[in-house]
Amino acid sequence: MESFICHEGVVLPLDRVNVDTDAIIPKQYLQSTARTGYGPFLFDSWRYLDPGHLGMDVGQRRLNPDFIMNEPRYAGASILLSRNNFGCGSSREHAVWALLDAGFRAVIAPSFGDIFYNNCFQNGLLPAMVAEADCEALFAWALCDAPASPRLLVDLRNTTIQRADGTGQPVGFAIEPFRREALLRGLDAIGETLAKAERIAAFEARHRQAMPWLFATETS
Amino acid sequence: MTLYDKLWASHMVDELPDGSTLLYIDRQLLHEVTSAQAFATLAHTGRTVRRAASQLAVEDHNVPTTGLEVTDPLAQEQLAALRSNTSRFGITEFAMGDRRQGIVHVVGPEQGFTLPGITIVCGDSHTSTHGAFAALAFGIGTSEVAQCLATQCLVVRKSQNMRLVLGGVPHPAVSAKDVILWIIGRMGTAAGTGAAVEYAGPYVERLSMEGRMTMCNMAIEMGARVGLCAVDDSTIAYLENRPMGPRGRLWEQAVALWRTLHSDAEAHFDREAHWDVSALAPQVTWGTSPEQVIAIDERIPDPAAQQDSKRREAMQRALDYMGLNPGQAMTDVAVDQVFIGSCTNGRLEDLRQAAAMVAGKRVAPTVRRALVVPGSGEVRLRAEQEGLDRLFRDAGFEWRLPGCSMCLGMNEDRLAAQERCAATSNRNFEGRQGAGGRTHLVSPAMAAAAAIAGRFVDVRHWP
Repeated sequence: MESFICHEGVVLPLDRVNVDTDAIIPKQYLQSTARTGYGPFLFDSWRYLDPGHLGMDVGQRRLNPDFIMNEPRYAGASILLSRNNFGCGSSREHAVWALLDAGFRAVIAPSFGDIFYNNCFQNGLLPAMVAEADCEALFAWALCDAPASPRLLVDLRNTTIQRADGTGQPVGFAIEPFRREALLRGLDAIGETLAKAERIAAFEARHRQAMPWLFATETS
Repeated sequence: MTLYDKLWASHMVDELPDGSTLLYIDRQLLHEVTSAQAFATLAHTGRTVRRAASQLAVEDHNVPTTGLEVTDPLAQEQLAALRSNTSRFGITEFAMGDRRQGIVHVVGPEQGFTLPGITIVCGDSHTSTHGAFAALAFGIGTSEVAQCLATQCLVVRKSQNMRLVLGGVPHPAVSAKDVILWIIGRMGTAAGTGAAVEYAGPYVERLSMEGRMTMCNMAIEMGARVGLCAVDDSTIAYLENRPMGPRGRLWEQAVALWRTLHSDAEAHFDREAHWDVSALAPQVTWGTSPEQVIAIDERIPDPAAQQDSKRREAMQRALDYMGLNPGQAMTDVAVDQVFIGSCTNGRLEDLRQAAAMVAGKRVAPTVRRALVVPGSGEVRLRAEQEGLDRLFRDAGFEWRLPGCSMCLGMNEDRLAAQERCAATSNRNFEGRQGAGGRTHLVSPAMAAAAAIAGRFVDVRHWP
């Protein structure tokens, strides 16, 4: 997995609560068996005025001028700012893949759906959890007060978010130490777990004694 | 200890210095939409499946429900990938046409693959359903599907303990679906975030396993990855003689252990709420989040009355999307389609409740399509043995083959833009059942009655 240490980029303020993973990447794109190629379809039904499907030429589609992602000011955004319960709903990891594929490296919100939150760490996307008041202030800045193309600096080493132009006070974000460590080092979860093979085997042997019916069809 | 604490403790392989846990996963359910990339990860990294017998695959999300021929080339590709991956690693798969095939969360319990006291995961958020059997069950992403295949373990962090204690006896036409929708309406879609929710109290104790599954299924709709119910006589009775469950001496041994799977009297819960459901009316969602729900005899709320500006904007956006006005009576809202099915309400008991509403009646001519999609081949067969299919067909419903169908509209079963649907599924998100489609979540009885009346009606007064 790619590591995350520090990232500077344009922030896209998506001012909605409960942004669900169906909205992040609609069902018709879940038919792909790849991990890439979802970026053009991120926020599909908000971003475009016409219906989309896999394999189409996105360049021919009609953009929704009212959707903030299509405003020139936020072009090339790589940090997403949103509201409570971001990524709720379906477990589809495609939501994370779509954000990454569209160039996003971090999502800032006061709270996240549990499964989406977990999926972020499997892919090196940073979900930065900020206090409601800090979130409000970031929105006010990114939507109104900021210069053209508002840029933020998200630093996982000291868990802070600050304006790239150096103005204002940095705000902190919450992240569990083990998650932070894994992201900083870009750990491979499977590799790490396989390194515990002996412990797993020992547990399995005890477990087989405790619940033999779960192993009835397997020979030991 | 709480039930959740017990399940956690019995599956801890290792406590890591950073506070996370290496948790052993007993069983995993696989389906065609979230597994292909996981198998590809194994292939890329030269890893293999640790315990094929702990895995069970079904075809459900993408399958057509009108026949066994798959015409969509992308669906074909996903199904072919699942078949080749499962056969390569010796994993049991229930393919289309097999009477055991159906929605993962209907098939698991039905086959006895889901058992009390186990950890069970699936690349699907509604895996919480299996918690009705006192199993620690939760949805995961594709990367974790791969990790589970390769290592039989996940690195996880323990959630908080939350308990909802429910009492009271509601009107017989008010179901577990109404109760869970009402709770989500009261508590919000993020009330359970970071928690495992145990449903307890006299209402839950009287509830059938099907009803408990409906409640656990929608735990994720209040933000909780895990829903749980304690083991009791209903749990044991449901599981006896299931094809993949234990038999004979192992059955006796299993039951003895299962009987201990409940929260202790002095167990501590981080969050707790008590609700009385006696006076509950049937519920209908009016917006695009499951928390936007009202009773059938209520009027659609007015955003202007909402103090919180974010909430007010979200309400207005939902009303605009749904094509509804504040103050409108829910019973004045007409529907274009009706969908009865899904992992929330696609079981035999659900179909019985729906069929009872339609016997001897006809679907309203204004309803373009009314679908009944059994949750599995077994459900379909047993419903046919009881003659439920005849009741539905005679009333003008389409009687389909099992699958996820219009719950998420990955196959051909979809809403057209601005079409309004009474659905027994679990999500009313924008575009969930088809781009621009408008979903109202209801119980099976409410959906069936809406098909007959052509609009939402109060099933407590259904003739």
